Amino acid sequence: MKQRGGSRILTGTRIRERRLALSRRQADVARAAGISAAYLNLIEHNRRPVGDHLVVRLAAALEVSAAELAEGREESLIAALREAAVRLPDDVAAEVEQAPELLARFPGWASALIATARRADALERQLVTLSDRMTQDPYLLTTLHEVLSAVTSVRSTASILAEGGEIPPDWRARFQANLDEDSLRLSSTAQALVAYLDSFDTQGAIFTPQEEVEAWLAAGAPPIEEAEDLASDAARALAQGHLRRMEQERAALPDDALAAAAEDPDPMRMADRLRLPLDLVMRRLAVLKPAGFESAGLLVCDGSGALTLRRPAPGFPLPRPGDACAIWPLFQALASPQTAIAKRVEAPSGRRFRTLSLATRHQPLGVDGPVLTRAQMLILPEEPGVPTRPDLLIGPACRICPRADCAARREPSILATA
Amino acid sequence: MLDILMIEDEPNIAEAVRFILTREGWQVALHGDGLGGIEAIRSGKPRLVILDVMLPHRSGTEILAELRNDHDAGLAATPVLMLTARGQATLHLPQADAVLAKPFANDELRAMVRRMLN
Repeated sequence: MKQRGGSRILTGTRIRERRLALSRRQADVARAAGISAAYLNLIEHNRRPVGDHLVVRLAAALEVSAAELAEGREESLIAALREAAVRLPDDVAAEVEQAPELLARFPGWASALIATARRADALERQLVTLSDRMTQDPYLLTTLHEVLSAVTSVRSTASILAEGGEIPPDWRARFQANLDEDSLRLSSTAQALVAYLDSFDTQGAIFTPQEEVEAWLAAGAPPIEEAEDLASDAARALAQGHLRRMEQERAALPDDALAAAAEDPDPMRMADRLRLPLDLVMRRLAVLKPAGFESAGLLVCDGSGALTLRRPAPGFPLPRPGDACAIWPLFQALASPQTAIAKRVEAPSGRRFRTLSLATRHQPLGVDGPVLTRAQMLILPEEPGVPTRPDLLIGPACRICPRADCAARREPSILATA
Repeated sequence: MLDILMIEDEPNIAEAVRFILTREGWQVALHGDGLGGIEAIRSGKPRLVILDVMLPHRSGTEILAELRNDHDAGLAATPVLMLTARGQATLHLPQADAVLAKPFANDELRAMVRRMLN
């Protein structure tokens, strides 16, 4: 309830800021919205709640979309601002607790800050993607091998012809034909390579439906039909499924109840108090990000260990879909279903996180159907400088992890290793 | 006796190398696939094997490992020159006697083969 009251206060402040920006009198706006000026005054000073219908009428009177005055949007933007603040270098101290005021008073600047932070996130993801491509992309490796083979043949053959000496006419003719063939192969391969490298930009480094859905979620899950991130039919179908599940879970654990329960920092106690499954509470915390959980991230994998959802926490090292760090407690949870595993982990950057992992088992087709396992890991960044000892040293994935002596390493790193 | 067996799937590279080395007086045979590579070595018993790393069906490193484990100790000790397109710095080939990165200079190839055969 506390959280809900806080949001309404913000809505009142926003209404006042918007009215003043338009240089409108309270009486005029109140008349247009069908309420008294005195009542609007109380709303603007956060002394009266604003119902959903009244928000719509006030939004129309203030020539702004109702969504911009709505609670959910406000909360998600505040959460995004807090996430942006967490990403700042340690020597930059933002007034995180004043994020609601920043949003209410300077919505344009707040949006610019959020957009910049999201751009930085997207660029980080793109960097990892490109690094992966350069080292493991089968097309790129094959094409580069083709180029090197053609160059080797051209160099050796041209040197034979340039070195002079006796070369039988049939051999000379064969070498000339080989040179012609290899130069053609070289030029066509080089063109294909350039076209392929150019596509890195135009594709925006998003390649799989899962990545499209993750980008859509990171952008605040805008309406599917308007979402630029959802380019493929498969991604749109996945997004529809996500929306359905999120709505079902929101109905099972409404925002107000979760925000009130989140005053306790322990999700297990929260679940006990709410008498709801812990896995549901963990997923809802990662979606709503109530006070105290603004930077929560969530990873979900199936019984094979394949990641099916990645909501990154700021600073948590994530590789491309299909890759992962075997040390993540998420995978330990798979081995102990229905047992919550709490671990403090440290990333190669030194950032530390509290994690809570839980695997659950399901038989969606009944007792005769297969037993499916799903594990999820809630990730909560710790404040820098907290004197805790990590239980586990984790990374993103072996190829882009600098931990040379890791017991779980399965392939060499492309980074300079310690 | 066969001096050199080259296992290389790029026919133009194989032809050029064979010409370069034949002109030096060595007898050179070619095999163009990873499949059957070890059998070609066993039947040809060359003094030197030039082995490409990236071959279809069976990689050069697999062929090298099998050669080094051959029950015929003499055959297992056959000198092997590996050709790699990946660069010597990134490839760890402890079982090879020498590694030559593509593209290479003809003089470099001749000098390396001469040293290994002598």
